[in-house]
Amino acid sequence: MKILVCISKTPDTTSKIAFKDGNTKFEEAGVQWIINPYDEWYSLVRAIELKEKDAATVIHLITVGGADCDPVIRKALALGGDEAIRVNADSSDSFYIASQIAAIAKEYDLVFTGKETIDYNGSSIGAIVAELMDAPYISLATKFELNGTTAVVNREIEGGEEVNEVALPAVVSCQKGVAEQRIPNMRGIMAARTKPLKVVEPVTVETLTSIVNFELPPAKAGVKLVPADNVAELVRLLHEEAKAI
Amino acid sequence: MSVLIFIDQSEGQIKKSSLEAITYGAAVAKQLNTTAEGIVLGTVADDNVAALGKYGVQKIHHITNEVLNHVDAQLYAKLIADTATANGAGVVIISHNQTGKAIAGRVSARLKAGLVAGAIALPDTTNGFVVKKSVFSGKAFANVNITSAIKIISLNPNSFHVTQAEGTAEVITVTASIAEPKVKVTAVNKVSGEVPLTEAEIVVSGGRGLKGPEHWGILEDLAKTLHAATACSRPVADAHWRPHHEHVGQTGVQIAPNLYIAIGISGAIQHLAGVNRSKVMVVINKDPEAPFFKAADYGIVGDAFEVVPKLTEEIKKLKSA
Ligand SMILES: Cc1cc2nc3c(=O)[nH]c(=O)nc-3n(C[C@H](O)[C@H](O)[C@H](O)COP(=O)(O)OP(=O)(O)OC[C@H]3O[C@@H](n4cnc5c(N)ncnc54)[C@H](O)[C@@H]3O)c2cc1C
Repeated sequence: MKILVCISKTPDTTSKIAFKDGNTKFEEAGVQWIINPYDEWYSLVRAIELKEKDAATVIHLITVGGADCDPVIRKALALGGDEAIRVNADSSDSFYIASQIAAIAKEYDLVFTGKETIDYNGSSIGAIVAELMDAPYISLATKFELNGTTAVVNREIEGGEEVNEVALPAVVSCQKGVAEQRIPNMRGIMAARTKPLKVVEPVTVETLTSIVNFELPPAKAGVKLVPADNVAELVRLLHEEAKAI
Repeated sequence: MSVLIFIDQSEGQIKKSSLEAITYGAAVAKQLNTTAEGIVLGTVADDNVAALGKYGVQKIHHITNEVLNHVDAQLYAKLIADTATANGAGVVIISHNQTGKAIAGRVSARLKAGLVAGAIALPDTTNGFVVKKSVFSGKAFANVNITSAIKIISLNPNSFHVTQAEGTAEVITVTASIAEPKVKVTAVNKVSGEVPLTEAEIVVSGGRGLKGPEHWGILEDLAKTLHAATACSRPVADAHWRPHHEHVGQTGVQIAPNLYIAIGISGAIQHLAGVNRSKVMVVINKDPEAPFFKAADYGIVGDAFEVVPKLTEEIKKLKSA
């Protein structure tokens, strides 16, 4: 069983979001980078659990990005995984990124992504990779089991959940429920230093979108406080002023 | 060069998020001086399909094969892409709901069409085809230019108001030859009776300040009175006080209701990220220093156990007035 886990580098969740160069670029100064939480907590940990059950399992990590991704991918290797591949390209276009992953993913039985990245929130990479591989895509998984070469997956659908059975190869996007967050231990951190991190050049693909600029949400006018003993006033404001009820 | 809107159905009913997609797609078509067409997959009564014309769609391709009553991303994407190609669609609109997340990327790959996932506004076509979307889990927006010939937009639920007028759509009914689905669905478990969180106009949400799952009754009473959906902060879901699908925030569900009422939630940056696109935010918290007061529009500094039941009573009074 060969599993490919997609890893994305994202700003830490407490990061102040700001932009530079006329709002065309994300301001990276002072930002701590982390593994995208969905990639780390759910897809990577589930892959590690599968390997713990079946030692013959091979886990490779893949990221598409520049050398500045290396610390984050080493951090992922410290949690687990046998080796990592970095496709040396920088892009925000999901078709471009997914095409890079798909070019490599064809050799794997299972591709895991997180539900979405917490920076671009596209939730589309897994679907594009699957289409390019002509493989099924199980989105928004909440539980993942392997039964030989068949995956049994619970996934979120409109207004509920369903259980899917699918023969591998398949692409699965993972979210809460699939696994529990783990903390890397000292042995993992040491081992990660010597695990292979292969850098490969991108395949030639066109980009289909480009970011023009960013905006921050308009500042709030400030809170209107209502005394706790005058709840009726809050209801009046919500009804008459905010027209929200 | 028409606009093709994917109209999602479940058990023959058209979802609110799809009505938003139709209204949005019709507005895009108007902007581009072209026609808005729709595609419906699976069993829906003919009259109900034609009636969607009132949201602005002129023509609907209805592929009626029963196997489509179940969403299969691969089959759906192929049919949507084929219909787009056959009808010369230049723009494809899909809702960014759970179904849309499974298929939009696939359609994008099939058509080699750039995708803006999670759009919140109409495209700006003065210089390219620029679509605004929410990024950094609601902390910012990006304007994204789609440079490919065909463009795909998946529209964030609750971002575009449904409008209706007079009108009936022309319905073209077809049965397609469809491959065997690769994914076998062995169980479906739909939560019935609840308002789906991402579609809800009003959301009532509880945090650790409510002290335990046994205290959720006051929150549910308020939600019922307002026909609201219920949500919670992450520690509440982690402690299994509430189901995981209610967890909102940067690492949970991102929502944009008309009204968000936060009860006993401190307003951590990760929580706010998922809810700050709400139009109006109300906070009830006993700590005047809670960060939520900086983000909210209205607030009460007070004990939730006293304030919330009173709030429910006052709203009942308003509704019966
Ligand atoms: C990587 C990462 C991702 C995260 N993602 C999310 C996320 O997606 N969503 C999320 O919610 N959190 C997320 N968090 C957690 C977040 O940082 C906060 O810890 C969390 O939101 C706090 O939840 P809370 O407000 O319910 O609890 P607390 O912070 O404990 O706040 C409880 C509040 O209740 C008030 N209170 C207590 N008693 C009463 C009473 N009787 N009446 C009224 N008010 C009362 C208190 O004053 C306090 O403000 C994330 C954290 C990390 C590190």
